[in-house]
Amino acid sequence: MTSAQIEIQLIACIVAIACAIPGAFLVLRKMAMISDAISHSILPGIVIGFFLTEDLNSPWLILLAALSGIITVVMVEYIQKTGLVKEDTAIGLVFPALFSIGVILIAKNAGDVHLDVDAVLLGELAFAPFDRLLIGGTDVGPKSLWVIGTILLITLGLLISFFKELKISTFDKQLAATLGFSPVLMHYGLMSIASVTTVGAFDAVGAILVVALMIAPPAMAYLLIKDLKKMLVLACIFGVIAALAGYWMAHWLDASIAGSITTVLGMLFLIIYLFAPNSGLISVLHRQKRQKIEVHLLTFLLHLQNHQEKSERHINHLNEHINWHKVRATSVVDLALKNNMITIDDHIISLTEKGRIFTTEAINYIITNKSAAIEDMKERFFLFRG
Amino acid sequence: MKEKIAIKVDDLTVAYNFKPVLWDIDLSVPEGVLMAIVGPNGAGKSTLIKAMLDIIKPIAGSVEIFGKPYKKQYKEVAYVPQKGSVDWDFPTTALDVVMMGTYGSLGWIKRPGRKQKKEALEALEKVGMLEFRSRQISQLSGGQQQRIFLARALVQQASIYIMDEPFQGVDATTEKAIINILKELRKEGKTVVVVHHDLQTVPEYFDWVTFLNVKKIATGSVKDIFNDDNLTKTYGINYKVSVLQ
Ligand SMILES: Nc1ncnc2c1ncn2[C@@H]1O[C@H](COP(=O)(O)OP(=O)(O)O)[C@@H](O)[C@H]1O
Ligand SMILES: [Mg+2]
Repeated sequence: MTSAQIEIQLIACIVAIACAIPGAFLVLRKMAMISDAISHSILPGIVIGFFLTEDLNSPWLILLAALSGIITVVMVEYIQKTGLVKEDTAIGLVFPALFSIGVILIAKNAGDVHLDVDAVLLGELAFAPFDRLLIGGTDVGPKSLWVIGTILLITLGLLISFFKELKISTFDKQLAATLGFSPVLMHYGLMSIASVTTVGAFDAVGAILVVALMIAPPAMAYLLIKDLKKMLVLACIFGVIAALAGYWMAHWLDASIAGSITTVLGMLFLIIYLFAPNSGLISVLHRQKRQKIEVHLLTFLLHLQNHQEKSERHINHLNEHINWHKVRATSVVDLALKNNMITIDDHIISLTEKGRIFTTEAINYIITNKSAAIEDMKERFFLFRG
Repeated sequence: MKEKIAIKVDDLTVAYNFKPVLWDIDLSVPEGVLMAIVGPNGAGKSTLIKAMLDIIKPIAGSVEIFGKPYKKQYKEVAYVPQKGSVDWDFPTTALDVVMMGTYGSLGWIKRPGRKQKKEALEALEKVGMLEFRSRQISQLSGGQQQRIFLARALVQQASIYIMDEPFQGVDATTEKAIINILKELRKEGKTVVVVHHDLQTVPEYFDWVTFLNVKKIATGSVKDIFNDDNLTKTYGINYKVSVLQ
């Protein structure tokens, strides 16, 4: 690997981590859309900042552009508060307006600005190593590495200091308020970090990849893990995996790095969305199927409990008596047998003691909704889980 | 009437989008009572307690907690919000949610430690949820979630407990467990304010009651004012409470 290749991968990984941290809180606050809005509406801030500083990596430009991110959030909330439109509509109204102001500013001053809309949206990671930071004539590395590295350090510092405040204001805004932690302050703090990160990262990776890196890795981690700290770590790991895999995919396909990273993120998300152990699509469908069988199991056991006469308990009569298709009847009988709830003696089905107790308790649960009694059944049966 | 006033609401008017939902409320909650706030849906019960807790800013009037504004007294007050007001899919455990109750006394930046964990475990034990401490909160039943919320309020070790419909969607055992804890709190001299829906149980559970429907209809001891007249005024239909002792 050349040193440029290493630098590109390093920048991509740091951007991924810097995005995943605020992104995780945006996902938990169900505010993923706002990152999309911020990523577009920082454009006028970037253009105006560029007129003033002539340097895409100037801290002033970053702050100015981040300010237009905050203005977006304020405007969205203001429009929403009028109660005339919903939040998504408000977002849809605000960011195209700000973005188009940016586009017009660029078009009007095309001569003076070597800044184009494509570069803002897509970025060009491959060029990042060419813009060096010189301190007293010494080359200390690519500028964007320093910019995003600084932003990551600030983000990490704030995350560690204010972890409990962020957690409580995300989980329960009202409790946070009554305990003296201003949720408004936390909200704007988070929005500021998201804006600064977006601005700091767009030059290297483009606005679209910033959004993808903020939302996809935390969303994947959320599907897999139910612990906030672990979710944050896992989101960072997913971001880094996508950054590295995307880089090498681009290398082999000779394609855009940002595009490849986004593609990898998309594929990773699809895999996890389908196969996540508890919340993945396949597992959810499987659980629904089991629940259906279990409801039938209960109906079946109840039928046995209510009927002593042999004709009602003959295995071949299940179809007629409870109106089942063969397949379902078989899986229900199998499930009952497997759990020692019934015995079959010469085609006649009888409830075992265990089956009797289970039926009584289950019915009791359904009627009274009393949960303590069936805690241990919950482990074995889907029926009683949420 | 008892001597000390725990919560004093003065000429309180609250509006959403300039539409008042609480008109000119005057209300004094004496220290040491177990008070129900009753009224129909949309009467402004939740809004009233949110205004007491300084979560919503009124357009007129004021609230005092033991004679001072809420901001100075927030450590004296514990709030149990409506269960539906949070996302139970949030990645955290029962113990962690209860620990959040200690954040107020910790203040900014400082992190909870062993002492806070011990307090949280004790509170979990009190509400009978100790064995569920490591469970992810989405895996708890409605009644268990409500107990977790109560435990979180208990660790705040406040003087005033304010709860929004703690009995909504909970099983009978949990309801009994919660009311027993509330009665215990009153015995310790704490003040408890509960938004309550089930009129049948008011005389059994509470000793103080406030009728609310946009305006305050009446407030006082259950013995004196929990009658058909006030119920009719509050709910607008002819009410007969056969349960009165
Ligand atoms: N955030 C809000 N924005 C606008 N209107 C609200 C809001 N919250 C409550 N309301 C309205 O205020 C009134 C009182 O609500 P609430 O205090 O929740 O009543 P209760 O708890 O007694 O059912 C209702 O008409 C409700 O629609
Ligand atoms: Mg309410």
